[in-house]
Amino acid sequence: MADEQRLLSVQHLCTSFFTDNGEVHAVNDVSFDLDKGKILGIVGESGSGKSVTAYTVMQILADTAKVRSGHIFFRGEDLLTWPERKMRAFRGKRCSIIFQDPMTSLNPVFTIGYQLCEAIRLHTDRKGDEVKARAIEMLRLVGINDPDKRLKQYPFEHSGGMRQRVMIAMALACEPDILIADEPTTALDVTIQAQILELMQDLQKQLGMAIILVTHDLGVIAEMCDEIIVLYGGRVCERGTADEIFYNPCHEYTKGLLRSIPSVSTMYERLVPISGTPINMLNLPKGCAFCTRCDEAMQICIESVPDELVINENHKAACWCNVRDRKAKEASAE
Amino acid sequence: MSEELLRVEHLKQYFPIRSGFKTLQLKAVDDVSFTINAGETLGLVGESGCGKTTVGRSVLRLYKPTGGKVIFDGTEVTDRNIKGMRRRMQMVFQDPYSSLDPRMKVENIIGEPLDVHGLYSSKEERREKVLKLMELVGLNAEHATRYVHEFSGGQRQRIGIARALAVDPSFIVCDEAVSALDVSIQAQVINMFEDLQKQLGVAYLFIAHDLLVVQHISKRIAVMYLGHIVEVADSYELMSSPIHPYTESLLSAVPIPDPKTARNMKRIVLEGDVPSPLKMPSGCPFRTRCRYCTERCAAETPELTDRGNGHFCACWEK
Repeated sequence: MADEQRLLSVQHLCTSFFTDNGEVHAVNDVSFDLDKGKILGIVGESGSGKSVTAYTVMQILADTAKVRSGHIFFRGEDLLTWPERKMRAFRGKRCSIIFQDPMTSLNPVFTIGYQLCEAIRLHTDRKGDEVKARAIEMLRLVGINDPDKRLKQYPFEHSGGMRQRVMIAMALACEPDILIADEPTTALDVTIQAQILELMQDLQKQLGMAIILVTHDLGVIAEMCDEIIVLYGGRVCERGTADEIFYNPCHEYTKGLLRSIPSVSTMYERLVPISGTPINMLNLPKGCAFCTRCDEAMQICIESVPDELVINENHKAACWCNVRDRKAKEASAE
Repeated sequence: MSEELLRVEHLKQYFPIRSGFKTLQLKAVDDVSFTINAGETLGLVGESGCGKTTVGRSVLRLYKPTGGKVIFDGTEVTDRNIKGMRRRMQMVFQDPYSSLDPRMKVENIIGEPLDVHGLYSSKEERREKVLKLMELVGLNAEHATRYVHEFSGGQRQRIGIARALAVDPSFIVCDEAVSALDVSIQAQVINMFEDLQKQLGVAYLFIAHDLLVVQHISKRIAVMYLGHIVEVADSYELMSSPIHPYTESLLSAVPIPDPKTARNMKRIVLEGDVPSPLKMPSGCPFRTRCRYCTERCAAETPELTDRGNGHFCACWEK
């Protein structure tokens, strides 16, 4: 039964960029599963490989990038072996993406209607007036007033929130199984962000698709996601349900991240930042990617990469501190 | 009680927009008044395009205000005395990537304000001052001879802050100073702002769109909407009992990094978008999106009135 629910299974994915300065291991051995109707959150700082992971799934990487190893199974088929023709049918129809910046992801020289109808015409059997009817239906679904009029307008005539709604309408027009949202609300104001998040939650319930939400905003993640993976330096630090990650963080990086965000309850307290600067992806440390900034770093952290340790059935973390604590516990039990 | 350092009275900043034969007035800031005490932080929040950055820039006279007064330490800021005034008022900019000259060494970036105001008598003294500033913001002395591109975002923002501190100002406008940084680095820079305030007693006008950051660093917060300040209060007071309907919905829209609270939160989602500042609604600027809007709101513009406890709000209905 479980297999039927499983839409996407990414296994040991490694994506590298080949630059003039050498190979950049943007994504390092990342694995995750996505089930029907679930919202998976990918969090991390800039350069942690979260967007590259999303782009690899869609196979829309730049020419300098290459998938070095790993598999991406969509309903049991490895899409990395698919020819471009098949991939093209996959994108938009089975899996669509919303980009961060609604200002640049729409083509400024075509009307909203043209761009929306194009997607529908390419991926469905609808013809002529049916296409337009569907486009209007989609615009209405994402809460745009006066869809008939809007179809004839150009992107510059819409505000940021409106454009993001159009992007969502376009992404959902072919009823994809998976929606990848890459920082969908980062460029928007909080009040508009609230509208868009609410819309995405509603549509998710209505249409039952799975969402991969890529963001750096822990607030957005807390609100939206069932499951979360935390990336640092292209590796998965920690994964688990939202409650586990927020209330029982086990990786030092996740702990640091949660400590460093200001909140209403800790208003007059001093923030506890993570020391140091983000890592240089060109020369990753040999061991744990976070070891240079970690207060708890031990010799072993510098020497070798930690495996993911099962904390409980809903929670895994890749941190040597957990291994150490567990050993200490076992020793004291004996 | 510390004394008043900055007083802004009825500040207006209009920009002329030419469309066809007509010239329209874009009212970026319309009748804004506030005060900041010495060593205090006033947070200024609002959505993009509400005029918060313009307020910061007009205070420093980077734009020539259309109307109103800025009084700094008892003296009105005018075109004639602004150069001297900028020795005491400085600014940290939003984007640490574009606000520093890529062709200058860090040493010269931080030293430039010293050159402008002639604050040293010998080269050694200049160098000494620069190094001291770098130490203050947590940069190493060896960084002095490097160029900006060699630094990360957080370090660049430190350079920008050192440059602002070079003239030993008593007031700094921080325009989205931490918005471009990653969370882990953001916390470092926020802590630094707080430490510097304790050490040097500078006052900040802290402009940001991130309410959680602003409430953390500010003593008082002013909320702006379409060029107007709609509410000012002590930051705890504002976060716990907002009065203005806009503040209410703004607070409820902030995503809280706590799954249980987030799930149970009742959200006041605002309908529609911010109206264009070229076609400002009559009366209260917020009335087009307000739940409590009445006829009076369309007819008259509400003024900030005292609601006790230093809590000011501009609303007819609340």
